Amino acid sequence: MAGVAGGNDFQWCFSQVKGAIDEDVAEADIISTVEFNHSGELLATGDKGGRVVIFQHEQECKNRPNLRGEYNVYSTFQSHEPEFDYLKSLEIEEKINKIRWLPQQNSAHFLLSTNDKTIKLWKIGERDKRAEGYNLKDEDGRLRDPFRITSLRVPVLMPMDLMVEASPRRVFANAHTYHINSISVNSDHQTYLSADDLRINLWHLEITDRSFNIKPANMEELTEVITAAECHPNQCNVFVYSSSKGTIRLCDMRTAALCDSHTKFFEEPEDPSSRSFFSEIISSISDVKFSHSGRYMMTRDYLSVKVWDLNMENRPVETYQVHEYLRSKLCSLYENDCIFDKFECCWNGSDSAIMTGSYNNFFRMFDRNTRKDITLEASRESSKPRATLKPRKVSTGGKRKKDEISVDSLDFNKKILHTAWHPKENVIAVAATNNLYIFQDKIN
Amino acid sequence: MFPKGTKRKFSDSGDEPAAGGEDVNQPSSVAVRMLSSYSLQRQSLLDMSLIKLQLCHMLVEPNLCRSVLIANTVRQIQEEMTQDGTWQIMTQALSAANAAAQCSADRLVATEVLCRQTEATQGEQVLKPFPAVGSEGCPAEEEVVVEEEGEGGVTMSTVSPQAPTSYLPGTFGMDPCWEEENGEDEEEDEDSEECGSGSEEGDSDRLVEDSRTAEQVFGTFEIKNPAPSPDPALEELFSDVDASYYDLDTVLTGMQSAPKMGPYDLLESLSSHGPSPLSSSTSCRSDLNELDHIMEIIVGS
Repeated sequence: MAGVAGGNDFQWCFSQVKGAIDEDVAEADIISTVEFNHSGELLATGDKGGRVVIFQHEQECKNRPNLRGEYNVYSTFQSHEPEFDYLKSLEIEEKINKIRWLPQQNSAHFLLSTNDKTIKLWKIGERDKRAEGYNLKDEDGRLRDPFRITSLRVPVLMPMDLMVEASPRRVFANAHTYHINSISVNSDHQTYLSADDLRINLWHLEITDRSFNIKPANMEELTEVITAAECHPNQCNVFVYSSSKGTIRLCDMRTAALCDSHTKFFEEPEDPSSRSFFSEIISSISDVKFSHSGRYMMTRDYLSVKVWDLNMENRPVETYQVHEYLRSKLCSLYENDCIFDKFECCWNGSDSAIMTGSYNNFFRMFDRNTRKDITLEASRESSKPRATLKPRKVSTGGKRKKDEISVDSLDFNKKILHTAWHPKENVIAVAATNNLYIFQDKIN
Repeated sequence: MFPKGTKRKFSDSGDEPAAGGEDVNQPSSVAVRMLSSYSLQRQSLLDMSLIKLQLCHMLVEPNLCRSVLIANTVRQIQEEMTQDGTWQIMTQALSAANAAAQCSADRLVATEVLCRQTEATQGEQVLKPFPAVGSEGCPAEEEVVVEEEGEGGVTMSTVSPQAPTSYLPGTFGMDPCWEEENGEDEEEDEDSEECGSGSEEGDSDRLVEDSRTAEQVFGTFEIKNPAPSPDPALEELFSDVDASYYDLDTVLTGMQSAPKMGPYDLLESLSSHGPSPLSSSTSCRSDLNELDHIMEIIVGS
């Protein structure tokens, strides 16, 4: 795959944008998760209103092979509804925290979607045929009078308009006291894990009323919580979880069922010169993702993205600064709670590049080979078809160059928390509040 | 949504006369000024953190990760203040002030109460302010949204305190009276500012009422020590015990384990307010907004 930074060889351009244009954003429309499936053919988004929208990649036009097909709505369904916990007198939000696809095994597609408390397995199936010529009922479904039936016929399958149906196949509930922050499908395709602040549950996809508890046993001091967890892409017994103190623990389920006895412990020693009251908060890891190869993992904390080699626990192999200019603004960001924003990160298909979001609808990409990075913006202004995205820059010094934006002008309400990279191609999906932007590489 | 904190203006602090009368507002050396600035910022951060911990979403469970991070920040500040001696001085002053004022220092009082001074301890209206809270409403009406342990859930024990004394947010409301009594430490001097929310009324009955409200809201908080009595002999008896303040950890775990107040409970607690606090408080408008919000939910509109 080509490199990602701007240059003569590679450029990103706008492809599509989904979502309403008005200034008034309905809270329910805010996108809360974005995920490509394993082939990249389907792109799922979840929103705060508990809905899941799945886009499908159109087949490319035979006449114009250079043009990539577009993503169009394939299915929309209400995954979760708001609930009220009467025992605690609390609302349970219907916001979809995470969607994860299961690898495809037959013609139907399966995905897991979760809100704070309940995980659901959805089957998305197509139906393009309908049986006609039933013996016992009319064409419109009414039962026929049995005495009127004089002959027997075999129903025939007739083609019909494609219908995509989403049906819930399993509901995994009542296993989390705290808010679910992660789900991850295991490479064995039979189990998956779900994590909340203090507990990781291992589920079997077929068994909905039991989970295999792997919570830490030693919880004398509540000073650290689990922030994210993921299964290893190849080794089905291995998973990692990150904490609010900036550490990552790798656990092997073969050695212990309790995840307090980790196999590996990843932590970078703190730089004493940059210590402040906010050091711990900004070290809290908001996302952890294994590389596709399974050899590396990436963590996102507030100001940076770090790539870790699974064989080296004492420090990351690569560190990328996402928005270092915010370091002097941490007090304000603490005041307005932005410091607690949980940014996600993702790898490209070949693990040569990583992407993560920032504020002002900016998102950043880092090329691991060339060490180049680029800042791009998801905005309506640059949303002309196949328009090349112009790199953006935030000015940190006194003098602000033309086209640069100063740190104080950044819009902290426009945050890009969720991004996804197509597993095989240079196509990315970026969620900017209630809009989904799809960008692709310029095909020369 | 969470009410957002307002920025405190450091520039105002230099104009206020010191509570003790001694003019220590103009430190002569740059180092002292920087130190004051640092303490001020630290203080401000501490106050902000406390507000964040106290103000919780009424209807949705608070984010545990965020609460833990804020609590850790507070603990960190607490430790640092203990190390440079600031902490000890303040807690001593508070216990003296509380004894004199007969206020129940063993409860986590509503922030509005913290703003208010006690009559006995000072004349001037120079307070550690919580302007964000004052303008946006008394936190007594905010629910403490807590979590119960679910089946097989983790037991959340309290953190063993590092600091020798436990921690009461109200301490900071009493800064000026400490200054008056001990008349020292230009570090804390810069903290004096107008309290945005304080009302000038007589305190005692409001204190009682708000303590009662605070109790309804925070009712299940542990009380580490009995209420300090005005009897100095009794004070002597308990002098070596941890000051009867809430350990921060109790705040956090109390928030987790105390039963929640549903919107109906909150309604009751609001309606049980006497007419005077509602009418006189600047938080009246916020009370009504909260009430409206609750009514909307009940009516289902």
